[in-house]
Amino acid sequence: MMHIRRSPEEIAANRARYEEHQKKGLDFAPKALPGKSGKPAPALAAEQIVHQEKLPGGWYWWTRVKANEVLRIALDEGFSTVSVVAWNAADPSERMNLPDTVKVQWTTGLGKGRVIFSDMGKVMFSISEDSCGAHDVLMGGSTASSNARKYAGANGPALRNTRDNLVLVATKAGLDKRDIPAALALFAPVRVDAEGKFQWKPELVSDGDYVDLRAEMDMIVGFSNCPHPLDPNPVYAPNPVIITRIAAAEPAVDDLCRTATAEAVRGFENNAFAAQ
Amino acid sequence: MTSFIQTSPARTLSNAVRDHHIAAEAPFSTVIKKGQVVRIEDSYGQQAVDTLFYNADDFSERYSSQDTMREQGAAYISTGTKVISNEGRVMLTVTADSCGRHDTSAGACSCESNTVRFGHYTKYLHACRDNFVIEVSKHGMSKRDVVPNINFFMNVPIEPSGEMTIVDGISAPGDYVELTAEMDVLLVISNCPQINNPCNGFDPTPIRVLVWDGEAA
Repeated sequence: MMHIRRSPEEIAANRARYEEHQKKGLDFAPKALPGKSGKPAPALAAEQIVHQEKLPGGWYWWTRVKANEVLRIALDEGFSTVSVVAWNAADPSERMNLPDTVKVQWTTGLGKGRVIFSDMGKVMFSISEDSCGAHDVLMGGSTASSNARKYAGANGPALRNTRDNLVLVATKAGLDKRDIPAALALFAPVRVDAEGKFQWKPELVSDGDYVDLRAEMDMIVGFSNCPHPLDPNPVYAPNPVIITRIAAAEPAVDDLCRTATAEAVRGFENNAFAAQ
Repeated sequence: MTSFIQTSPARTLSNAVRDHHIAAEAPFSTVIKKGQVVRIEDSYGQQAVDTLFYNADDFSERYSSQDTMREQGAAYISTGTKVISNEGRVMLTVTADSCGRHDTSAGACSCESNTVRFGHYTKYLHACRDNFVIEVSKHGMSKRDVVPNINFFMNVPIEPSGEMTIVDGISAPGDYVELTAEMDVLLVISNCPQINNPCNGFDPTPIRVLVWDGEAA
């Protein structure tokens, strides 16, 4: 079959370029990041709070946010895992893309200083504060069947799950289940071992942990507060989670998330070009 | 390109019901009926084959990387992996794998993500997401329907630290993966054109897709 192979010189040049990107992404970029945010979360003045939602365990919530507003998700009432999805409000066919997010930043580990990408090469969220750094981008949330297996004998309908919650979020936002992207699970301490198996590391999360997600475009954002499928607690007991929508403030020109990595810089260049 | 490798006495080249040769960088789609076996063959070695599955009767049910990883409790795809849909149902089962390492975390390259990963000057290069959009549009779908996919033969180790990087593929010429369909599925492939990372040795090559009926499974 017809096939024109690339020349050894061309391949060598492309490989050298890749290895340079890889070295910057793996060796240099993480050193530019400051580590976890301190606890407790910085206090907010009353006028900064646009809205505060106490999301009960098992339930979902969705909201619209404007660029530069911050969503603070906080475990003030005890441990829980919160799944997050997002769509560009102006064009919901653009949505959160976790494979791109981890691939372009050379890590599945999200924390303070990292950003979350859309499928169109733009930044949706900056992780401007994060006291925890233990989040899951791979496994997503619970489903009716994963709950049924895990909480055998419990009252099925009472065991709300993330899949159904995200169907509700999507449809109430005028979208449908085809639009549900892979979900980010905040406060889900999942790690991958040498064989590729998932491990749950509860010591990485504690009460009072919080994440600040700064919106980098106008968005529809959905949340589900259900136990993660790997959470070993045999009792279905998600705590309420406090989500605060914080008024917009213009980030500084040397903003950490916008400058920490070459990839983030290019992502924000895409945002700026699209906004023109 | 290698000659045909027989994985079961019942499966021969002559009794395959379909034998597709897919050019380097090209998209492809076909329906695999319940009970049929599909083989995706990396004919020249080190070629990433970006793959999606849709329920042939209802495209709103489709491959889900997160459900698949959750159900098997592991990040990589190999023999025994059940390919799970967004409805939590088994779409196909991986029944043979001569390579042993396939990714479903890194997604498909796109013009847009290439600008972020490698620089804005790489925007005008053929990319898997464009292949997927072209191919699913033939079936009445759109970019909304292009979800995180499987990358057969792509080697993306994930470290306990979270570090994740695409490294040289380990597939040799003729390596294959075989899947048995548990429902009628639309198979959609982008034979990855990416030349900025080692997912295909920086040198995309043709692949082959073979299908057998149930009795040859």
